[in-house]
Amino acid sequence: MPQKKSLAPELVLSSAPHVKAGQSITSIMWMVVLALMPATLYSVYLYGIHALLVICVAIIAAVASEALYLFLMKKPVTILDGSAVITGLLLAMNVPPDVPLWTVGIGSAFAIIIAKQLFGGLGFNIFNPALAGRAFLMASWPVYMTTKWHTFTPTNVLSQGITNITDMPEQAFDVVTQATPLGALKEVPKLLSDLHVLPDMLHNLLFSKEMLKSLFVGNVGGCIGETSALLLILGGLFLLYKRIITWHVPAMYIGTVVIFMYCYYSLSGFPYPVEATVYHVFSGGLMLGAFFMATDMVTSPVTWKGMLIFGAGCGILTCVIRLWGGYPEGVSYSILLMNTAVPLIDRYTKPRIFGTRA
Amino acid sequence: MAFNTFIGGIHPPENKHLTEDKAFSNLSIPQLCYIPMQQHVGKPANPIVEVGDTVREGQLIGLSDGYISANVHASVPGKVVEIGRYPTLYSKEGVCVVIEAQGAFSTSGKILDEEQWESLTALDLINRVAEAGIVGLGGAAFPTHVKLQPPRKRQIDTLIVNGSECEPYLTVDDMLMQTHPSEIIEGVRVALKILGITQAFIGIEKNKPKAIQALEERLTAISIPEKITVAPLKVKYPQGAEKQLIHSILKRNVPSGGLPMDVHVVVQNVGTIFAIREAVVLRKPLFERFITVTGEIVKKPGNYKARLGTRISDVIEECGGLTEKPGKIIMGGPMCGIAVDTIEIPVVKGTSGLLFLKNEEIQVSQYRPCIRCGRCVAVCPAGLMPFELVNAIEKGRYDLVEPSNPFDCIMCGSCAYCCPSKRPLNHFIRMAQEKLHKKHKQ
Repeated sequence: MPQKKSLAPELVLSSAPHVKAGQSITSIMWMVVLALMPATLYSVYLYGIHALLVICVAIIAAVASEALYLFLMKKPVTILDGSAVITGLLLAMNVPPDVPLWTVGIGSAFAIIIAKQLFGGLGFNIFNPALAGRAFLMASWPVYMTTKWHTFTPTNVLSQGITNITDMPEQAFDVVTQATPLGALKEVPKLLSDLHVLPDMLHNLLFSKEMLKSLFVGNVGGCIGETSALLLILGGLFLLYKRIITWHVPAMYIGTVVIFMYCYYSLSGFPYPVEATVYHVFSGGLMLGAFFMATDMVTSPVTWKGMLIFGAGCGILTCVIRLWGGYPEGVSYSILLMNTAVPLIDRYTKPRIFGTRA
Repeated sequence: MAFNTFIGGIHPPENKHLTEDKAFSNLSIPQLCYIPMQQHVGKPANPIVEVGDTVREGQLIGLSDGYISANVHASVPGKVVEIGRYPTLYSKEGVCVVIEAQGAFSTSGKILDEEQWESLTALDLINRVAEAGIVGLGGAAFPTHVKLQPPRKRQIDTLIVNGSECEPYLTVDDMLMQTHPSEIIEGVRVALKILGITQAFIGIEKNKPKAIQALEERLTAISIPEKITVAPLKVKYPQGAEKQLIHSILKRNVPSGGLPMDVHVVVQNVGTIFAIREAVVLRKPLFERFITVTGEIVKKPGNYKARLGTRISDVIEECGGLTEKPGKIIMGGPMCGIAVDTIEIPVVKGTSGLLFLKNEEIQVSQYRPCIRCGRCVAVCPAGLMPFELVNAIEKGRYDLVEPSNPFDCIMCGSCAYCCPSKRPLNHFIRMAQEKLHKKHKQ
C-alpha cells in the first residue's frame, strides 16, 4: 500500500506571479539620487564648500528625522530605502547656496515629519516633501531664502565684478547683476520703462549667446541645484532610460512653458521672444522641477493622461507666477499647487475598463 | 496584421531557451499513478472502479458528474490499489484513484488507426470529445465539450486557437505546433465542424517563428474548405489571455463581465485542439499530455509527454534529478502557475509545465506601501487601477471595492510583476473576488 508522505515544508508557497521585475522602492530611490549627482557635484564645484555643507546637513537632518519618527512610532525604520535622502537632497537643491545651515536643517525636519510622516509616511503624503520644506522656509525666513545668493568672481557673467560694457545706466546694471537670472528678468519691464534702458543693451547683457550658454551649462547664480540645465537634463534622461520616470510629466511641463512663454512674448511685442523663451526654459529650477520634483510618484497622477494634465498645469502655473506673480521663480509653488489637484485629476482620468464603452 | 496586440501588458524575461529546442520525449511509466478525480473546473468525476480492479490503459475510471465536469481515464494499465485522498493541485485532500502499473499497453508505441471523421455529425464529434474527458489544456481546465456547445442563441462565427504561449519558460505549445502542424490543422477542422463554422485563426506570438512557419507551410500545402489563418502576435504578456487574444486578432472587445461567445468567438488552446483530434480521429481519451519541465536546477530540462497522475517526484527522477534543492516548485508558468508544497502532487490535465526555482530565484520580501508610481495602471490589460483597488481591499473598504470592478481582473499578475513595492496586488484582488462571491451568495 502506498504511504501518505509528509509535506515538504521547505518549499516556498506564495501566490502567482512567481517572478517580479527588478525595480524596488529602494533601487528607484537610489537611482534618483544617482541621477541628481552630476548637478549636485557641479554645484559644489561652482559654489564651494558651503554648498556641500548645506547638502550634507539637509540629508542628515532628513534621514535623522525619519529615523527618529519611525523609531518613536514603533514602525520599521526604513531609512535605507533612500526616500529621506532624496527629500534632503532635493531640499538642499532648492535653497540658496549661502543659506545658514540651521535653516536647511529645520527645513528638512519639517519636510520629513510634517509633510511626509504626519500624512502617513512614504506613499501617503499629498505634497512633495522637499517642496513643502522649501515653502516652509520661504514663509519663515524669506530673507535668507531670497538673498543668500553666491557672490561670484568677476569671470562669471552675472557678477558684480563684471564691467559695464553695454553702457547701461549704473543703477540698472546693478539691478541686473546682483540677482539670479530670473530675478534679473523680473526687473526687465521696470528697466525698460523707468530707467530708460534701451532694448539693445538688454539684449547684449541678458539675451546674448554667451548668457544663454551660461544658463544652459550652469555658470550662473541661483539655488544650489538649479543652475546647470545641462546636467539636470542628463540626469533626467538617465531616469527616462532606466524607466523610472516616463516622458509625460517632463515633456508636457517644459513644452507648456515653451509655448506659453513664446506666445506671451510675441503677443506682447517684446523684441526678443525666442531668446526670452530660451532664457526661461534654461534658467531657474524648471529642469529640476520637471525631471525630479513634478515626477515624484507619490504626489503626481497615476495615469499617463493624468500626468499630461499635471505637467501642463505645472507649466501654466510656473509661467503665470514668473510673469505676473510676486516671485521671480514659480516652479516650486506650481508643483505644490498641482499636487493638491492630483486626487481630482486621478478621478477624472481613470482608464477605460476593458469591454466597456467610454 | 502588423499590430496584433492589446492595451497594457508586460515583458517579463522569456527564459524559454532552456527547453525551446528540446523535442518531445516520453517520460517512462511511473510505478504508481495517482489519478485525481478532479482535474477540471466543475464537479469532480465519480470513481467507477474499485480497489483490486484491473484496468486497461485509457479505461474510464471516473465518470463525469453533472453538466460542468469531465471524464477521467486510467493513464496506465494495471491494478487499482487504492482510492484515497491525496494532495492534488486543487485540494489538500483530493480523491485519487491509485493505479499500480502492470500488464500490456494498448495504445503506447502503436500506430493507431485513423478514422474518417468527416462523415460524422457534429453531435457524434462532441460526444467523442466529451467521452475522452478533454478539458482546456492551457491551464484553466474548463471542460471542452461545454465550451464547444455555446447556448443556441449565441451565434459563433470564429474559432481562435491559442498558440500564443505568453507564459515565460513554457515551450510545450511551441514544440507541439512545430512538430505536429498537420494534426493541429485537422483538430481545428474538427472543432470548426462541431461549431458549425468555417473561420479560424491560430494566434502565435512572433517569438515562435518555427511554429508559425510550420503551420503556414502546412496550410499552403493542403487544400481544405475551411478558412484557417495563422495570426502572428506581438510578444507581450498576457497575449494568451482570452479577451486580450480576441482583441489582438479580431479587434473585438468582450464586454465587461461577458464571455468570448458574446462577441461570437470560441477560444481553444492549441494543446486542447490536438487532444480533440486524438479523441475524434484516434478515439484516444485524454490520459497523457505534453509538459515542459524546466528551471536552471533541472538536470535534463525539456518537453515531455507525461501520463496524467505521474507525481512530481517521479518527473524529477525522470529528468535526471535536480542540481540543488528547489526553493519553489510551480505547476504551470511563473506568471499564473500554482506553487505546490509537496512533490507528491500528480500531473493533471491542466499542468502545462513544471518549473523548479532555486532559492536565489524566488523573491520573498515584505511588501511596502504603495508609492503611486502608476505602473500597475499602465500595464493592467483590463483597464483597472489595481493600486487603488488593493488599497481599499487592504483597509477592508469593500464599499469602495465593489464599484471599482474587481471582477474585471483576469488574474494575469502583470500588476504584481511590475510593482516596485512588491505588493501582491492580484492576490489581494483574488481575495476580494472570493469574499464578494461569498457575500453575493448569501
